[in-house]
Amino acid sequence: MITPTETGTSNVIDGGFSQPVQISEHIIEVVSDSGEGAQKCGQTFGSISGKMGNGVWTVEIIPAEIQPPARSPAGASGIRVRLGSSYITNMGNEADLVVAFNEQVLYSRIANGAYKKGTVVLLENKWANDPQVEIRNAYSAAVSEFRKNGLIVHELAMEEACLKLTQNPRKGKNMFALGMLARIYSRELDKCLAEITQTFSRKGEKVIKSNQELFNAGFEFASEEIEYHYRIEPYTTDQSKPAIITNGNQAVGLGVMAAGMELVSMYPITPATSASHYVAEVFQNVGGFVHQAEDEIAAIGFAIGASYAGKTACTITSGPGLALKTEMIGLAVMAEVPLVIVDVQRGGPATGLPTKVEQADLLSALYGAPGDAPKVVLAASTIEECLHFVILSRKLAEAFRIPVILLTDANLATGVQPYPRPEVKEEWFTSPVDQSAWDENIPAYNWDEESGLSPRPIPGQRNGEYVLTGLSHTERSKVAYDSDTNQVTHRMRSRKLAALLKTLNPPEVHGDDEGDLLIVGWGSTLGAIEEAIDQLREEGQRVSSLHLRFLSPLEPGLTEIFSRFKKVMTVEINYSDNLDDPLIDEENRRYAQLAMVLRAKTLVDVDCWSVVYGHPLQPGMLYRVISKNLQNLQN
Amino acid sequence: MFGLKADWSLEVFERYFTLGDYAGGEARWCPGCGDLAVLNTMHRVLRDAQMLPEKSVVVSGIGCSSRLPHYVGTYGLHGLHGRALPLANGVKARRPDLDVWVGTGDGDCFSIGAGAWIHSMRYNMDMVVLIFDNGIYGLTKKQTSPTTPTGASTNTHPVGAPLPPMNPLTVTLGISNVSFIAQVPDWNPPLLYETIKAAHQHKGTGFVRILQRCPVFSPDFCKPYQENPERMLLLTHEDGIPMDPGVKRVFSEQREHDPHDWLAAMDVARDLSRPPIGLIYLDTDAPVYSEQSAHGMDITDGEKLAALNAALDRFAV
Repeated sequence: MITPTETGTSNVIDGGFSQPVQISEHIIEVVSDSGEGAQKCGQTFGSISGKMGNGVWTVEIIPAEIQPPARSPAGASGIRVRLGSSYITNMGNEADLVVAFNEQVLYSRIANGAYKKGTVVLLENKWANDPQVEIRNAYSAAVSEFRKNGLIVHELAMEEACLKLTQNPRKGKNMFALGMLARIYSRELDKCLAEITQTFSRKGEKVIKSNQELFNAGFEFASEEIEYHYRIEPYTTDQSKPAIITNGNQAVGLGVMAAGMELVSMYPITPATSASHYVAEVFQNVGGFVHQAEDEIAAIGFAIGASYAGKTACTITSGPGLALKTEMIGLAVMAEVPLVIVDVQRGGPATGLPTKVEQADLLSALYGAPGDAPKVVLAASTIEECLHFVILSRKLAEAFRIPVILLTDANLATGVQPYPRPEVKEEWFTSPVDQSAWDENIPAYNWDEESGLSPRPIPGQRNGEYVLTGLSHTERSKVAYDSDTNQVTHRMRSRKLAALLKTLNPPEVHGDDEGDLLIVGWGSTLGAIEEAIDQLREEGQRVSSLHLRFLSPLEPGLTEIFSRFKKVMTVEINYSDNLDDPLIDEENRRYAQLAMVLRAKTLVDVDCWSVVYGHPLQPGMLYRVISKNLQNLQN
Repeated sequence: MFGLKADWSLEVFERYFTLGDYAGGEARWCPGCGDLAVLNTMHRVLRDAQMLPEKSVVVSGIGCSSRLPHYVGTYGLHGLHGRALPLANGVKARRPDLDVWVGTGDGDCFSIGAGAWIHSMRYNMDMVVLIFDNGIYGLTKKQTSPTTPTGASTNTHPVGAPLPPMNPLTVTLGISNVSFIAQVPDWNPPLLYETIKAAHQHKGTGFVRILQRCPVFSPDFCKPYQENPERMLLLTHEDGIPMDPGVKRVFSEQREHDPHDWLAAMDVARDLSRPPIGLIYLDTDAPVYSEQSAHGMDITDGEKLAALNAALDRFAV
């Protein structure tokens, strides 16, 4: 029987474990070789926890290769689940408890700073008796090294227990581990079994039953062998308000349907593709169609064609795909075709870090296309916003006759979080294509002098016939190379952003609206930034934060807000030079992307802190960075 | 009311369209350009079919021939270089009621748009694809195109195009699910008319490679065939392009060719010494992607709402 007496975790454990100990939150990881189902285990665990009313955030640990070598640090595949009795907005800091199917995969997690002294590791022990001496030696060396570094390692015969139920424990150990976690964290059994049924619903009764048996075995095993036993109370007392739990890509997919779109035109690209997978699964139920195009360019071309013909369409991609689409985005800007482009950002440049998070497409989203191509750029900062911003994007695209780029990222895409269930309304859907006759006195681009807005004829509308063109054109869409037409039409397209900006309110400051330091972020870093800020503010620091959703046009009032702080600094996940580095000075330093935009916009000397480690920012790390900046300000 | 359609009324004034209804801006092609012949023929095909001008969309890429939409009085989409086909596929995808035409050239389609060409043929959406093939880049002034004959002098290859030209017919024939391939010279108006009309009536993508005269940059591309029609092979068949005796008299070399016979089609298509004229290949059973992509368009908002709520139920906490 494993007892928690040797724990040195930050969670004070008080008394024995005959009753579960109540804790406010825990970070759990399941790590394995690729293909052993650790992600499914963690997703199911996160989903069960969300359904029990806990705050949840999950992050997938993804190897970049499909079949990395077994038992290798590079092959670490798995999932982190942070759950608590409060609303959880990010992946948190170091893990509290880890289930690992071999010891080698733990090395990469340790290298990532995922564990601390006192992290409990429940480790598969079969490697101790492996026929290969190298494996036996590697295993025992690792276990002693982990222990020496403060991890609390418990060696467990998980696979042996699984072998009683299945001949291939590689395919079943994940549900066994789920059973263990369910017992350790006092999960409701009926919810667990129902979730397993749903997870395997497409695989048939037999598969569901054998997975439930493995789950039960894991639960029993943990009851008998493991004394760690916790309770994490639900955070919401009002269970009557319905909630849903999804990852960010599913949220994008739900948003596509809730926006009434009819077409998703895409080309496979990590980490965006799972959004299209989800849409493809259910889209026909709402009458939609997923077109897998031959390439990224054809994907957006197809969507532009559909939109020109009056049908609402979107294309979903990631950075390299956005790069390929830029010429087409320019066409949509020039010819004023409404279109939603979702960019699930990953690490770049080139193929970069396909499975990992970065916020490095901001400048290419803003300025990627040739010529001056004003467009709307939005960034979702929570999973819930991934859903609602697709609807918003669709409406903006149509009202302003403009392409809208919605930026999310790999962290949001694979993160799972519960949020209020949207009350879908029919008016969110698009209206049927207008086929009534067009007033022939109204040109195809009847620009309003002040706003640049104009209604557009749709093919099928009698007397509305016009030729959409990417060439400079007059209000009747006639090709025109003359100076005045080009100047005026640039002005009209640009004016639309000015008009949109007039409708926006200044962003809300998180914390006091004046102080020493203002941290500005965008996208998925919201939760981590605000958690760090809250902690510092509790300690009496005069620090606040601001999170931007509209990047083009940039939200109003920034110069005024910035003027109330001694220093303004962005926190981003893209590369910037560090002033402490050799050779780097104010003259040659390259700034993080939002910082560049803000400096140009506000003329405020905005500083930046950014890293490209490929993983989401942790609140603990931000706490230290911001503390240091505050200290420097005081000196 | 009572589930009846509100509007049963027939259009009071019957509309009849003349050639003028399909005319757009004044065509700005060079005198003697084959594009003018194609444009006039297209106007006639539209007029004879009495297509509603507001229901036809002419899509193009970039190049001389891609100015086509500007000269047709219907809706038009003058897109990007090489991208006419993806744009056209998108137009058709959820608007099967629209009559879609694509105008593209040898550079636009076979070079920068080659990827889209291959895949669009396989999609086999219900549309007409007119390739204005003059064996040269015209708009950018005489650069080598994929179909420029070996040795022809161009601004990018002054001492002569170094490689054998691409054969668009065999390439297109090699694409699975292709359903209609024809070739026609622009200078035989009755044959051009019948060929474009047949492509228009075909359900699926009607691919027509038009041997098109460019008197300015590639006069030698068509001249040998124009002057010696016997250097072309006229394909005849009851399922082929209808042709009157006047047409048949022009071409002394003829072959009875069954367009359903793929191997025979490949045989005539690959003979560069004697380009085939007429219908090379036809498959009326090939799946048409626009029939699949238009699925679900009749779903009501109420049904959408129910389906969306069911989707949300799956994630309910």
